[in-house]
Amino acid sequence: MFSSDFLKTIFGRLTLESFPLHEPIIVATFAGVVLGGVALFAAITYFKLWTYLWKEWFTSVDHKKVGIMYMVLGIVMLLRGFADALMMRGQQAIAFGENQGYLNAHHYDQVFTAHGVIMIFFVAMPLITGIMNYLIPLQIGARDVAFPFLNNFSFWMTAGGAIVIMMSLFVGEFARTGWLAYPPLSGLDFSPDTGVDYYIWALQVAGVGTTLSGINLIATIVKMRAPGMTMMKMPVFCWTSLCSNILIVASFPVLTATLVLLSLDRYMGFNFFTNVNGGNPMMYINLIWIWGHPEVYILILPAFGIFSEVVSTFCGKRLFGYTSMVYATVVITILSYLVWLHHFFTMGSGASVNSFFGITTMVISIPTGAKIFNWLFTMYRGRIRFELPMMWTVAFMLTFVIGGMTGVLLAVPPADFVLHNSLFLIAHFHNVIIGGVLFGLFAGINYWWPKAFGFRLHEGWGKASFWFWVVGFWVAFTPLYVLGLMGVTRRLRHFDDPSLQIWFVIAAIGALLIFLGILCMLAQFAWSIWKREELRDVTGDPWDGRTLEWSTSSPPPHYNFAFTPITADLDTWYDMKRRGHERPVGGYRPIHMPKDTGTGVILAGLSVVFAVAMVWYMWWLAMLSLVAIIGVAIWHTFNYDRDYYIPAEEVARIEDERTRLLQNATLRNPDSPRDQDRPSFGAGPAAPAEA
Amino acid sequence: MPRAMLRSATYRLLPALALPLLSGCDWVVMNPSGDIAAQQRDLVLISTGLMLLIILPVMALTVWFAIRYRANRKSAAPYDPEFDHSTMLELAIWGAPLLIIIALGALTWTSTHLLDPYRPIERIAEGRPVPAHVKPLEVQVVALDWKWLFIYPEQGIATVNELVVPVDRPLRFRITASSVMNSFYAPALAGMIYAMPGMETKLHAVLNKPGKYEGFSANYSGAGFSDMKFRMTGTDEAGFARWAETARQSGAKADAATYLQLAKPSEREPIRLFSSPQPGLFDRIVGQCVEPGRPCGGHGGHGIPGGHKAEGAIQKSPGEKGSGPHMTAPPRQDHAPGVHQPGHPANRDLTFLQPRDHVAAAHV
Amino acid sequence: MTATTPAHQPANPASFYMIEEDHHPEGSTAFGFWMYLMSDCLIFAVLFATFGVLSTAYAAGPTPKELFDLPLVALNTAMLLFSSITYGFAMLAMEKDRIRQTQIWLAITGLFGAAFIGIELYEFSHLIHEGATPQTSAFLSAFFTLVGTHGLHVTFGLIWLVVLMVQVGKHGLIEANRRRLMCLSMFWHFLDVVWIGVFTFVYLLGVL
Repeated sequence: MFSSDFLKTIFGRLTLESFPLHEPIIVATFAGVVLGGVALFAAITYFKLWTYLWKEWFTSVDHKKVGIMYMVLGIVMLLRGFADALMMRGQQAIAFGENQGYLNAHHYDQVFTAHGVIMIFFVAMPLITGIMNYLIPLQIGARDVAFPFLNNFSFWMTAGGAIVIMMSLFVGEFARTGWLAYPPLSGLDFSPDTGVDYYIWALQVAGVGTTLSGINLIATIVKMRAPGMTMMKMPVFCWTSLCSNILIVASFPVLTATLVLLSLDRYMGFNFFTNVNGGNPMMYINLIWIWGHPEVYILILPAFGIFSEVVSTFCGKRLFGYTSMVYATVVITILSYLVWLHHFFTMGSGASVNSFFGITTMVISIPTGAKIFNWLFTMYRGRIRFELPMMWTVAFMLTFVIGGMTGVLLAVPPADFVLHNSLFLIAHFHNVIIGGVLFGLFAGINYWWPKAFGFRLHEGWGKASFWFWVVGFWVAFTPLYVLGLMGVTRRLRHFDDPSLQIWFVIAAIGALLIFLGILCMLAQFAWSIWKREELRDVTGDPWDGRTLEWSTSSPPPHYNFAFTPITADLDTWYDMKRRGHERPVGGYRPIHMPKDTGTGVILAGLSVVFAVAMVWYMWWLAMLSLVAIIGVAIWHTFNYDRDYYIPAEEVARIEDERTRLLQNATLRNPDSPRDQDRPSFGAGPAAPAEA
Repeated sequence: MPRAMLRSATYRLLPALALPLLSGCDWVVMNPSGDIAAQQRDLVLISTGLMLLIILPVMALTVWFAIRYRANRKSAAPYDPEFDHSTMLELAIWGAPLLIIIALGALTWTSTHLLDPYRPIERIAEGRPVPAHVKPLEVQVVALDWKWLFIYPEQGIATVNELVVPVDRPLRFRITASSVMNSFYAPALAGMIYAMPGMETKLHAVLNKPGKYEGFSANYSGAGFSDMKFRMTGTDEAGFARWAETARQSGAKADAATYLQLAKPSEREPIRLFSSPQPGLFDRIVGQCVEPGRPCGGHGGHGIPGGHKAEGAIQKSPGEKGSGPHMTAPPRQDHAPGVHQPGHPANRDLTFLQPRDHVAAAHV
Repeated sequence: MTATTPAHQPANPASFYMIEEDHHPEGSTAFGFWMYLMSDCLIFAVLFATFGVLSTAYAAGPTPKELFDLPLVALNTAMLLFSSITYGFAMLAMEKDRIRQTQIWLAITGLFGAAFIGIELYEFSHLIHEGATPQTSAFLSAFFTLVGTHGLHVTFGLIWLVVLMVQVGKHGLIEANRRRLMCLSMFWHFLDVVWIGVFTFVYLLGVL
């Protein structure tokens, strides 16, 4: 059997069986995807876009472009993750009694695992990281992040993880363990196939990116704020992002280490989490939740920041209780490390341990409650403009409090004993993640889109999307609360009791409504891009904003600010406008900027090769790619030529163009809505000068 | 005292909260038949009530402010763009949640201790303490791959997928699992607790109403998880004795060989009764040493010697690598590629479900 | 720059913007690298915690008393501590702009580091030869992982050291190289501190 052994040495466990050749539907999908890919490739080649994409986007170290690439990645992966959700809802709506549904266990178990992993790691995380990347330098008056190359590299690692997880759809298979892959089930003994390996390596590759991006953004916020911007004059979004990134840096290494231990068990026969030789699976559950609980705050804190910015802007008011908001954020950050055990009260820790972790969990609801009140009292005596971002915010406030309430309920250990792992739990965390994180992201996308692209998003499609999402959410998840109280557990593929079916059917209808919401959102993007001239905003400040990102043009030039702004007060831009700010139109100086580089793409590409080689047991390729990664990294350090100066003439050309646009706009539309909305700006007597 | 407090609060709050919920017929978590589960239900309702004290006003205020202070209102509401601080308000918005959480925290502390699954129960139901002479009935629970094994050491019987318990008699469950993590949950009886291999957990409970109920695993455990259910029957003492007698007559013995056969993955197992379980079988399952000749261990002690060296992927020769099939590949009939010792019990792929007739054939 | 400028007067642009540009505030590299070290520290924290949980899970395999050779480990510790001191000398030489001296001290540091790795590899091969493989018991899995991860870090530190020596040789002690030497310095001392933890909690507590 020399030839067989030889093939196994080369290809590892990759065989013809690893491709979906026996399944016409998948073959067709696969062929479709391949053809689509080839067509896209050909189109890009035909229109000679490769150079453009490579030069302007893939190798760009501009934090704005990296941020936008993160957002695109997140939205693409949202479609994949949501397809999984629809498949689950479909299966559960029909699989009753004799009907086994259309998914067997083998397939269904992969679907729910992939849904969880993708939604958390490759939808929520890229969207959150993307929006932080885009905004933080703009809000603190910086020209880029602290480590621009690292930023580009981080993005490509995240994208690399997404590529690895998408590969599992067509080559081999994904994990069937649930999204946290508890051993012993995820050990080699009970899950011998490629699934868990895909899981491990996708998360490891993406995890490197996330950790580095966390370090980068902390350094940016701490070290690169504009002069005068003390910590307590920093926009709330920067504060929540700072805390979120601290959580990333303090928790993702734990995930990395835990997955390393699991891979040592699987690859080297170690005994960390095995049933035999002294291994301890409970340790994995503790470790993974020491990462997992902070993770949910990593997601929600920046969303809280977005709501704070939106509320303050659209109520035309200073944020109520800025200081207590900051302290609330910091308290949440610290407490999020003291609650991990509430994910497994039912493991049988003593009553004192359980009640300690239950009570710390409840204590988190105090700062969170304070935040809700702060937004509430920002609305109080405000002048609320119900544009899309504000609509999402109010929907969030009404939705999130219910999710918070059910969360505190689950933190009472004896109550958790009857609701743990039930659909009530599923409803709870979707309530906070959709109602909190996603609504926040949608508010943020609608709010900052004009800044990123220079035109607003279409309101009609946006409203349609809003209502489908909000109504769809409640139609989809109220039944799950009910089913949880009926004692129905999560991750079930098939049911015997026909009386439950109606609830699952309602939930499936809700999922379809959400699907319409997603479609409307895509239509909103497409329509707005199509009609961008009608929706154009040349002022750079379409909402009468309060923070520094609104002081520059939309989209901002790649150097962000021709002159570094000086901060005198919280809500810097509002304060500048109130003090009669005038845009300087001359005296430009050369600007120091980082150079673009393709090393990030290359390193991440090699990491994907390494991951795939490990998944398929191609040891030679793994070694080769590892050596290549180290080699390329070293080679990169020999390049000392990493920055350049934008000449003053170039800055002058860009800024003069903006001056001309601004003049044209004022000439064409002397009383633009922008000026009406802002009675306190300029010479108006309404301005209460420094009460 | 705390129990009295809990009870009186229950009486005041329950009617208001529970009625709309209980109108559904099969909300078993809200309408259980065991005293422990009933107390847990009460706790759910009381906590919800406490939190609604603050949630409802917040929601009402949100809607009210949103309407009152909207910009396009005909008659303008007061507008104060510089209003961003009020010490009294700040005190209130930190204080109010704090008070609720203090109340809820106290409730949590007492109820967690009172309803600790490890704590022997003291009452059969509201106002009915356990009589002094009544000893709890011990049931040993083993989560096997996709079925439940119940061993009744006193009665000398064992069952698969059927749990019969006398009504109003305190129950003491000792729980473990054969291979992967599961959760033992009969919603009508009491809250769940994990069943973990190599470890033992405990649950104390009592069932108050005779009848047939459903129990299941509440923690995903592989391909056959959906149908990993058992039937729980509550009956009177005489009925229980009769049932135990039937089981004793049933013939099949629950010895190590039967157990090892039973422990192989299978789904939708019918109810089966066994007599005379091998003494100490449960402890050997916890020690993972049911097979003759395997040394026992446990996670509390120095670990279970595996009797075999673990082998990871890198240690495999090329021929042992097997193949990573696509998810749509037909389930394989041979052993799993994780094999390092063919036939070793630790070595089975739980992510595949073999066709039912195949499993049945294996049993013969 | 205060906020007291009256609203009706157009303010001086200098109160809004910095006209003269300064560079990136230096020190964000050191700060960022420090953050990285803290995240690395957490990886070690997890490994230490794992070792703590599994430190008695011998599974009928050998115990630390039977395995560890304290004098050898003490020698190893000395190697790493010396390498930290010599790295310190290299940094002092760098401060004085003495390229050759810096290079020599870096080379000595590298030799000590290589000796450390050599002794560790010898220890590992000895253990494995005796049958105390990481597959034997959870205790040994945790031991090999914790000590091995530290060893891997030192190995990467050595590669980095060699690369830096080449770069210093090529470009001299320019600003970028100084920054890099400082980062490696932090990394190297960090590994020293971690090793003291390993020596204490794994070896000393295991044998005593």
